[in-house]
Amino acid sequence: MTRRPTLRALTGLALAAVLATTAACGGTTRSGSDDGGSGSQVTGKGDPDAPTKSGLKISYLPKQINNPYFTVADGGGKVAVTELKGVYKEVGPSDASASSQVSYINTLSQQGTDVIVTSANDPNAICGALKQARAAKAKVVTFDSDTDPSCRDMFINQVTAQGIAENQVKLISDQIGGAGKIAILSATPNATNQNAWIELMKTELKKPEYSKIQLVTTAYGNDDDQKSFQETQGLLASNPDLKGIISPTTVGVAAAARYLSGSQYKGKVALTGLGTPNQMRQYIKDGTVKNFALWKPADLGYLAAYAGAALASGQIVGAEGEKFKAGKLGEYTVGKDGAVVLGPPTVFDASNIDQFNF
Amino acid sequence: MTTVILVILAASVGVDGFASGRNWGFLLLDLAPIALIALPMTLIVVTGEIDLSVASILGLTSAVMGQLWVSNLPLELIVPLILLLGALLGAVNGLFVTRFALPSLAVTIGTLALYRGLAFVVLGDRAVADFPFSWTEAAISTIPGTPVPWVVVLVAVLAIGFGVLLHATPVGRALFAMGNNADAAAFSGISVGRTKFWLYVAAGVVSALAGVFWTLRYGSARADNGTGLELQVVAAVLLGGVSIFGGRGTLLGVLGGVLLLGTLRNALQLADVSADALTVVTGALLIVSVVGPNAVRMARQHLRRRSPALNPAKP
Repeated sequence: MTRRPTLRALTGLALAAVLATTAACGGTTRSGSDDGGSGSQVTGKGDPDAPTKSGLKISYLPKQINNPYFTVADGGGKVAVTELKGVYKEVGPSDASASSQVSYINTLSQQGTDVIVTSANDPNAICGALKQARAAKAKVVTFDSDTDPSCRDMFINQVTAQGIAENQVKLISDQIGGAGKIAILSATPNATNQNAWIELMKTELKKPEYSKIQLVTTAYGNDDDQKSFQETQGLLASNPDLKGIISPTTVGVAAAARYLSGSQYKGKVALTGLGTPNQMRQYIKDGTVKNFALWKPADLGYLAAYAGAALASGQIVGAEGEKFKAGKLGEYTVGKDGAVVLGPPTVFDASNIDQFNF
Repeated sequence: MTTVILVILAASVGVDGFASGRNWGFLLLDLAPIALIALPMTLIVVTGEIDLSVASILGLTSAVMGQLWVSNLPLELIVPLILLLGALLGAVNGLFVTRFALPSLAVTIGTLALYRGLAFVVLGDRAVADFPFSWTEAAISTIPGTPVPWVVVLVAVLAIGFGVLLHATPVGRALFAMGNNADAAAFSGISVGRTKFWLYVAAGVVSALAGVFWTLRYGSARADNGTGLELQVVAAVLLGGVSIFGGRGTLLGVLGGVLLLGTLRNALQLADVSADALTVVTGALLIVSVVGPNAVRMARQHLRRRSPALNPAKP
């Protein structure tokens, strides 16, 4: 009984949309619009001799609070801020959604924060708020996950893709004596980071010192514990003479280690990758894994504080080639687009794993 | 409403930086999508129904908007298409609730998952972020000379529209009648099904509008945009004094509820209260707002039973 009028009304709406279509010819399209430039916009010049200001308000805004990784990273920041005689603060949303960080950025800029250190849930969604904060004289340093370079002063990159590839290939080569078949256990087939690293690993393997190593296959565990576990099982079943596995993802390497530790391959097939000490501790202790790597999140937060203080004190402006001191980590040089690389990944093994808790 | 004023006054005095114009600009921008969706939601809750899929409609329309933009359609065309899509998504809700007479809670929990899932089908974990600056800037631009963003005008116009509809027309009276007793309303000649159907369509359109605003405000179309927003909307509506059982409530009260939730969160955030504590406060407030009226009613009934001479007060 209500069908006819309802249908008619909906058809009317559709018609209206079609009319709008014809009216909108030659409107704002993607190919017709010019994107704003996205390079880091650096103005002015730093004065390397300027004294480091004390009492700087340096605030950390992680992707979300109560996330163990960021708790450790921000903890490193706290140490640095104390050394710098600044005021440390950590705020953030309880969910890692794209827009939830925006109101925190607004609040921080409202509070007159000198430096905002943040890890972006979305490279663009927080851009507008960061630009407003910078207009209100705050310096913005991103770490772990960058925004568009035009929205921040500097980016503290945990590691370069090249650094990871070199490190992972070296680790596996040392463990299998520089010869034999290896496989990679990755996350998802379309994970940008993973694919970039794998490509660079392949290039790395072409070097003469790795000529006896053969990469047979890449398996995908989808960063799912169970799937990664099964994929490891499958790798060893289909390649009985496999000597080693690289899993450059924390989920994958932990699942692979769990499988190996309970199988006949324990101690015979080498495994390395990117993992966290807490997840990998038992497999290091029971001899399944000799070593693995990751950057130190605490150092990442530590370096970000020093970069922020150098910016806020006017020692640097985030231009390529500028140098600044970062306490116990030594001196760093600003790279292209205001990015600073923390350094090569840290290797964890039986000798040092108990010093880390993250 | 008095609570809102009290909170605002207390925050202005007690919290550094709260009373500044810039902070109000931020606050209003944050509240705009909640306020928008709360308008049709109020009408739906007044009829005794609910729509939990609104935030998923926001997310799906945002994702589709991104995909259409990538496919090189002009924004002038995308926006009407998105609003139409919102109407369609709302119509699906309405159809299931009215024609198939299913409980709206069940239907819209279903479409909450369904629409959010479709959003991920459309855009996956990608984000479309290259919207033209002139459009993203327009979304956050303020009325010249004031810190008030233009979107507040949009909210105000729609609020007046929905307010007049609810409080000054036969349709509005019918909505209250349905909420109090759907059968009696049907017998008195109100077309319950058709009215509810159009309310869901309206909720769909307004959620899509909020989706467009969200996408432009954050300059980023993503499938996870607005996740969990439906709870904030429902919270604001209940906090605004609308009965979850239908039949009672005012639109002005709901706008007060939106403002109360927003100012409270903003003030506590400025006072460096952690996000976890904020969630606890919001939850507690919601419980109080739902339990409060019931407790009052029970107390009244108790009194009435003790003194039968009192006139039975009509709620």
